[in-house]
Amino acid sequence: MSTQPKPLSEVEHIKANSRLLRGTLAESLADPVTGAIATPDTSLIKFHGSYQQDDRDIREERRQQKLEPDYSFMLRTRLPGGVCTAAQWLVMDGLAREHANGTLRITTRQAFQLHGILKGDLKPTIARINASLIDTLAACGDVNRNVLCNPNPVDTRVHAVVYDWAVRLSEHLLPKTRAYYELWLDEEKVAGGEEEPLYGATYLPRKFKAAVAVPPENDVDLFAQDLGYIAIIEDGVLQGFNVAVGGGLGATHGDANTFPRLADVLGFVAPERMLVVAEEVLKIHRDFGDRGNRKRARLKYVLEDRGVAWFKEELERRLGFALEPTRPFTFEHNGDRFGWREGHDGRWHLTLHLDSGRIADRPGAPHLTGLREIAQIHGGDFRLTPNQNLVIAGVPPESKEHIDAIVRAHGLESFRTSSPLRRNALACVALPTCALAMAEAERYLPTFVERVESRLQAHGLQDANILLRITGCPNGCARPYLAEIGLVGKAPGRYNLHLGGDARGQRLNRLVRENIDEATILDVLEPLFAGYARERQQGEGFGDYLVRAGHVPAPPSRASQAA
Amino acid sequence: MSASSPGNLSLSSPPFIDALLGAEKSARLLELVAGLDPAALHWLSGYAAGLAARPGVAATTGAISVAPTATPAAPLTIVYGTQTGNSRLVAERLKHQTESSGLPVRIIRASEYPVRELAREKLLAVVISTQGDGDPPDDARGFCEHLLGKRAPRLEGLRYAVLGLGDSSYPKFCEVGRALDARLSELGATRLVDRADCDLDFEPIATGWLDQTLARAREAIEPRAPAVATVVPLRGATTAPTISKEAPFSATVLVNQRITGRGALKDVRHVEISLEGSGLEYAPGDALGVWAPNPPELVDAVLKQQRLDGAEPVTRDGKTQALAVWLSEGLELTRLSRPFLERHATLGASTVLQSLLAPTGADSFRALLKSHQVIDVLRQHPAPWSAKELVLALRKQTPRLYSIASSSKRVGEEAHLTVAVVDYTAFGERHLGAASSHLATRGADAESVRVFVEHNERFRLPENPDRDVVMIGPGTGVAPFRAFVQERAEVGARGRNWLFFGEQHFRSQFLYQSEWQEALKKKTLHKLSLAFSRDTAAKVYVQHRLRESGKELYSWLEGGAHLYVCGDAQRMAPDVHAALVDVIAEHGGRSREDAEDWLKTLRDERRYLRDVY
Repeated sequence: MSTQPKPLSEVEHIKANSRLLRGTLAESLADPVTGAIATPDTSLIKFHGSYQQDDRDIREERRQQKLEPDYSFMLRTRLPGGVCTAAQWLVMDGLAREHANGTLRITTRQAFQLHGILKGDLKPTIARINASLIDTLAACGDVNRNVLCNPNPVDTRVHAVVYDWAVRLSEHLLPKTRAYYELWLDEEKVAGGEEEPLYGATYLPRKFKAAVAVPPENDVDLFAQDLGYIAIIEDGVLQGFNVAVGGGLGATHGDANTFPRLADVLGFVAPERMLVVAEEVLKIHRDFGDRGNRKRARLKYVLEDRGVAWFKEELERRLGFALEPTRPFTFEHNGDRFGWREGHDGRWHLTLHLDSGRIADRPGAPHLTGLREIAQIHGGDFRLTPNQNLVIAGVPPESKEHIDAIVRAHGLESFRTSSPLRRNALACVALPTCALAMAEAERYLPTFVERVESRLQAHGLQDANILLRITGCPNGCARPYLAEIGLVGKAPGRYNLHLGGDARGQRLNRLVRENIDEATILDVLEPLFAGYARERQQGEGFGDYLVRAGHVPAPPSRASQAA
Repeated sequence: MSASSPGNLSLSSPPFIDALLGAEKSARLLELVAGLDPAALHWLSGYAAGLAARPGVAATTGAISVAPTATPAAPLTIVYGTQTGNSRLVAERLKHQTESSGLPVRIIRASEYPVRELAREKLLAVVISTQGDGDPPDDARGFCEHLLGKRAPRLEGLRYAVLGLGDSSYPKFCEVGRALDARLSELGATRLVDRADCDLDFEPIATGWLDQTLARAREAIEPRAPAVATVVPLRGATTAPTISKEAPFSATVLVNQRITGRGALKDVRHVEISLEGSGLEYAPGDALGVWAPNPPELVDAVLKQQRLDGAEPVTRDGKTQALAVWLSEGLELTRLSRPFLERHATLGASTVLQSLLAPTGADSFRALLKSHQVIDVLRQHPAPWSAKELVLALRKQTPRLYSIASSSKRVGEEAHLTVAVVDYTAFGERHLGAASSHLATRGADAESVRVFVEHNERFRLPENPDRDVVMIGPGTGVAPFRAFVQERAEVGARGRNWLFFGEQHFRSQFLYQSEWQEALKKKTLHKLSLAFSRDTAAKVYVQHRLRESGKELYSWLEGGAHLYVCGDAQRMAPDVHAALVDVIAEHGGRSREDAEDWLKTLRDERRYLRDVY
């Protein structure tokens, strides 16, 4: 691909001319006439952890009012493995109320998102986040994004070791530009000679996602990552990692050259080699990824176009050593384990369910307040899960009761009271703030869940553990292509219906019907629920049933033994 | 003067100058021009030509072209000070009537009146309005300062008449006229007629005063034949436009669009009105007069409160119509006036109101006027009004004036307005503004409103399109500047445009934001300075931005920029003025006093114009 002369995409020029991500951001932030930033800067600010958005619900209304769109900024943290202290939680909570829209959102990449920050409030918000020892650098943009890790590292001692590697991976792949510190933290300007040794001046062709999984749990959806490490643990000791490369879910409607792809497991490396492997995988993406077409610029297309064998050879050539043979592993599920669990050290961990990861104060459900109260008395930490849920971790036995009381008093008990369908469901933000959204997701999820719940109930399936994921566009933020029932937004009120994923994150689902409305979706599901109720085998998941019964063709999958 | 440089200008007066001006004046002229550079001399020649061309001035300077033969009868000198143009209108009418009577007369705007001539005046008529809190109009500040100050001469030989114009909803109603009248008397002058004070509905009182003044002036001046046969009245009766304040045009509302966003504390509307078929024309700076009935619910509330029958016929000024019609279309209900309150206090035997009306209650009275409508006073201090008494006591309805926010060169036969909707709750009841709520409820069915154009010669773009303009218009004060920017874009003006705008919130109250952004992009607006007072802990207003941009602002002004201020008269205009003085003092290296003088010069040159209310 790199030999083929092809015009670079617009964003490549913006990056090249940005002086390592500075662009005209300083001028844009200082411009009082608009709540927006200059168009080229909207590409650059992503690397700093922020997206410019606007409230699409009132875009037309404001146009008529002769007002510009209601611009604001989404700010995402870099929080490897999703671990934060109670003190950090309180900082994020305060910022949500003072500078954002009064909500916190837990993302499918274990990060916090603040929404609705006005341009003038960005700098103080980022400064306070940094003062709390969290940052937003590289939370978005064409760089390595927040590194995922199983969020319950206190399950066993070795979980903590794996978490440490995830943090080191995140730090190792950070951009080196000082632009972030100059712009947001008033660092002295660099005189010159600044370099970006790993990424180069134009960074990656597209985003790069990495995760570390601890089997049998696959809550990080490892095969959806550009780079996945599967921890291999023997007798409580971390032996190393299987390396999986080339996963990614984003696609474009109507473009058959784009598609979700599961990562290929290439081999095994010892722990101390995981950083150098990551670096070389990233560099292959840097050097071979398509910089002419952002819709086809992810690493997965390099593997798809050049072949897995080529990739492995290229990687090993760059590394100067060969990967060891893949070690056996087994994933059992990709969901969260709700409720209280005891850790290896006698302390307890409570996993709460949050609809779409949104933490707000709503009538009868003052979640933001409840979690603030917990943070005020909690000596342990918080863990954001890749399923948009929250673990209150490291609770001494004597504090459990107090926390339970706060949970009860603030309507945070849905981990106990909700149906499995609702507990496991994911939805991206979509409308009104996401510029890419074509249909509702987060705001529609509760309604759709209710509709499906009543259908399930009719078939006695109310306790069925069905994995539902909804996204407002085909880019796949809520990983809909791995769901048993996946809705991918096509237009307001209309979705592509995907069926047949498993609940282990190892099989892509299939597109069953295109561009259909809710009634049609439910009509399609109805006979399948009936059949599932009638014919399912012991412990058989809905997706597995659909494939076995031939309702959907067997989709591509990564068997757990694959090499 | 051929090739000789100005510095070498001979101080001996050439004979033709002596012949023209007389020895004394020609010597003074030469003294004046000595040492001036060519630019200044060119300017001076233009200035003199401009003086000669000015209406009204010709009467005084006519002596230049006509060799004085005999001493003419001392003319009636009419001096007017005006903000909205009403005083000028009355003054001009007096001039025409005096002229038609064959009496010598001259009319001069207060800002152009040479105060040293005061001592020589024999007959003087002053027509002057009062602004805001008892202030003179901008064009009469110097005149008033001189006359009221220590340097005013004794005026024993003078007979005079004063007509005040004002708005009785302000506490210091017609204060300026009152003060000048008292001062002239104090200086030894004799009243020709008693002073009269006109309310917004100035016609009836002004007409009476005009007739009296003319009659007394005729007695005072030796009658003679019409001075010049060629005198043509400025406003011929035959060319009177068909649309006027009294005969407004029924115009269709094309657009009624809220332009404040969600969460805004104010409802501001952009209203587009069709003038098609009216023949109405306007220039940027003009206002559109809007006649609006009172809100129907307010009329009902008044009737209910007083237990009066809306159908009862009542006669006032020879017109008989139902009480409800008077209350809807004939009388003011949303603004209080002093005469009404006085009558109401007596009728209701309200000691509270009476104490407010006493001089010691001035502040409370002011607060009452600001916060209360007629209905509030009726409710809080009940009084037994009859229908007839009520109709006679309430002030006659006046049209509301809105600065036109469009250039007809851009929008054709339309006028755009920027209307702040008055709609608030006080004393547990909803309160609406008459005109703004009327306009805000028009639109959906292309309903009509009764309008006329109120010209405002006091607020005009520079004639020279190369001049820069600085526009200071927070809130709905931005309206005329939308017209200015449109006009300057349409005529391809080369001068730069700098707008200062302020409101409470950037997000929801940045009036015409997308249009200004577009204008900046197209370079039809060159600078936009913004102040949003409630977005930050420290409240920031336009005057802060003026000071922050002081250096550049001063350089614009030094370069000949014209300065415009539109909006609130109570706080904004004085604060802006103070900021301008600071800027000129700091960046011009002047004392505050000199800076004030500098601004005064700008005002006299009509480069510092205000449309404040």
